[in-house]
Amino acid sequence: MDEITNSQPIVNDTWMALREFTAARIALGRTGNSIPLQELFDFKLAHAHARDAVFSELDIPGITNSLNQFDNLVFTLHSKATNRAKYLKRPDYGRKLNEASTQYLESIISPQTDITIVIADGLSATAVNQYAVSMLECLMPKLLNASLKLSPFVIVKQGRVAVADEIGYLLRSKLSIILIGERPGLSAPDSMGAYLTFNPQPGLTDESRNCVSNIRPDGLNMQLAADKLFYLICQSLQRKLSGIDLKDNSGLIGE
Amino acid sequence: MAYQHTIKNKVYRFNSLKILLAKATPYRSGDALAGLVADGYEERIAAQITLADVPLKVFLNEAIIPYETDEVTRLIIDDHNTKAFYPISHLTVGEFRDWLLADEADTTTLASLVPGVTPEMAAAVSKLMRNQDLIAVARKCEVVTRFRNTIGLHGHFSTRLQPNHPTDDAKGVAASMIDGLLYGSGDAVIGINPATDNPAAVIQLLNLIDTLRQQFDIPTQSCVLCHLTTTLQIINSNAPVDLTFQSIGGTEQTNASFGINLALVEEAYQATLSLKRGTIGNNVMYFETGQGSSLSANSHHGVDQQTCEARAYAVARKFNPLLVNTVVGFIGPEYLFDGKQIIRAALEDHFCGKLLGLPMGVDVCYTNHADADQDDMDNLLTLLGVAGCNFVMGIPGSDDIMLNYQSTSFHDALYLRKLLGLKPAPEFEQWLIKQGIFDEHGTISHQHNTHKLLNANNDLWTK
Repeated sequence: MDEITNSQPIVNDTWMALREFTAARIALGRTGNSIPLQELFDFKLAHAHARDAVFSELDIPGITNSLNQFDNLVFTLHSKATNRAKYLKRPDYGRKLNEASTQYLESIISPQTDITIVIADGLSATAVNQYAVSMLECLMPKLLNASLKLSPFVIVKQGRVAVADEIGYLLRSKLSIILIGERPGLSAPDSMGAYLTFNPQPGLTDESRNCVSNIRPDGLNMQLAADKLFYLICQSLQRKLSGIDLKDNSGLIGE
Repeated sequence: MAYQHTIKNKVYRFNSLKILLAKATPYRSGDALAGLVADGYEERIAAQITLADVPLKVFLNEAIIPYETDEVTRLIIDDHNTKAFYPISHLTVGEFRDWLLADEADTTTLASLVPGVTPEMAAAVSKLMRNQDLIAVARKCEVVTRFRNTIGLHGHFSTRLQPNHPTDDAKGVAASMIDGLLYGSGDAVIGINPATDNPAAVIQLLNLIDTLRQQFDIPTQSCVLCHLTTTLQIINSNAPVDLTFQSIGGTEQTNASFGINLALVEEAYQATLSLKRGTIGNNVMYFETGQGSSLSANSHHGVDQQTCEARAYAVARKFNPLLVNTVVGFIGPEYLFDGKQIIRAALEDHFCGKLLGLPMGVDVCYTNHADADQDDMDNLLTLLGVAGCNFVMGIPGSDDIMLNYQSTSFHDALYLRKLLGLKPAPEFEQWLIKQGIFDEHGTISHQHNTHKLLNANNDLWTK
């Protein structure tokens, strides 16, 4: 057989210009019926980033150190999920503190507060490592300005959203807020979410919470996220509720 | 009633049919999460051996969720057709498995049994089957449905074009839609998951697809996958609704968590039928299901997730759907942990759906926290193609930028069609050839380089 002459078998699509209108992977071109190698790598790299984010770990010293600027105590706790494998298989474990953590919080004689802020890895510690403190740098001045009383910050390893309700309850807070890594997508492995619960207590579910999601520089930026969250905090404390009832009336948030 | 089996002096006892079904199920994380799995490998096989000896008739007498408290159970029992069941009424679950694989169980015979098979019978027999068995039997089933084209004929394989966009931006959706059509995708449906359930936004998306469809006379149907009550509402305001979509589950409580019940689905079904928009058929419903939905809604009544899933098919078949799609890997690793579990579940769902007479498609998919990747999806897609699956999803580059998960791409469908000699729905295939997108052999042709579709909505592209 002669040397292959067709060393560039890729058929490009003529509608590349449509890429301007969407981030979807359109006009990829093809070789035979398959996607070109360049596109294959592009996809695999994005998936690799997402997978790495799922298994990333909280930078506890780094976060604690940065939190010191707010002149507030920092507690570091652990959920019932002993490791990532357990965390992925048992969402119920990630929603509860382990025994040592519960005992620790129970042993503290805490005065009643307005807000407890929790930081947890969720499904992307990468997101939280990068954005939790920068978002708080936008939010904290607003909270202090409004003379709201804060519990110590709580960092939770292997935590899911609902863990903040137990923590807020044990720390006798009117409101719990959790900053947590969202499930990574191919387009964003580093998206952070913030959830808020009024009158937090163990056993509450999604309909009791409000959520501000997609917090990252290319999504909802830190300042906007802090604005939205602060609006929700004020509304929640004032109306003494959170969840569906709050959401229904929050059409003007951020507008 | 108790069931038992002895292995080497160890007596395995199962206190109810429900427990027996759960313990006989191949391992998956969702059943472990629900605390329903067998204690070990031996107990699982003991349960399977025990289940094999249970007469099919028992399933008509021992409801796994009480008739009195669950309308899905009532639907299953009340709609059971004794005459269709008669030919297999003397068999046990194990004998049923052997018979299904025999040559005499051919396409016509299997079709005639459909009203006599209950979801629990289908689930039970699937638990005794290897992946190979699930594929071999499903391939013999042929479920054909019609609206503006013919879906599910043997030798054909369709795709749902899924041009989602995170903000429902019209240009963004249209760009993905045109990309898909130029790759020959969209004969099952052009179906968008909207970012909001807002009726005005849904109508806008429906008009977008419908305008393009009419302009190019595309023999397919459209759907915006909003809640059924939203569809009902917009039907009343004359929106171009081809199909009504709804997520459904296998227990009354699961459906309640989705905000529906059988009466409401019936109302939507009748309303959609009354629009008479189908040109060659009247299958107007599009349902989505998925193992784990009942557990996720805390509504599983101690029934394993695969049996719950099969029960959802009883709900589906009541309303003669055009498409039923099991969104198998979307729910996450706490229900289906890895590629192996996702593949097994998809083959079970496809088999059970087909045995129950449903036009089954599969969203061959995974999320980024599941231990799965594109290689697993390639395996599953190929297996489903061999098994005669009616349709899969077509998403630009497999990457759904709105729902943040990975599914099958336009390219994947082309791969499968070429590999197995499968064609799109006949009417759609003719359209593709007429448009110069495919040649007569089903190969993408180059004639669309300056294709009209690209100039479709010049107004749309103008910023």
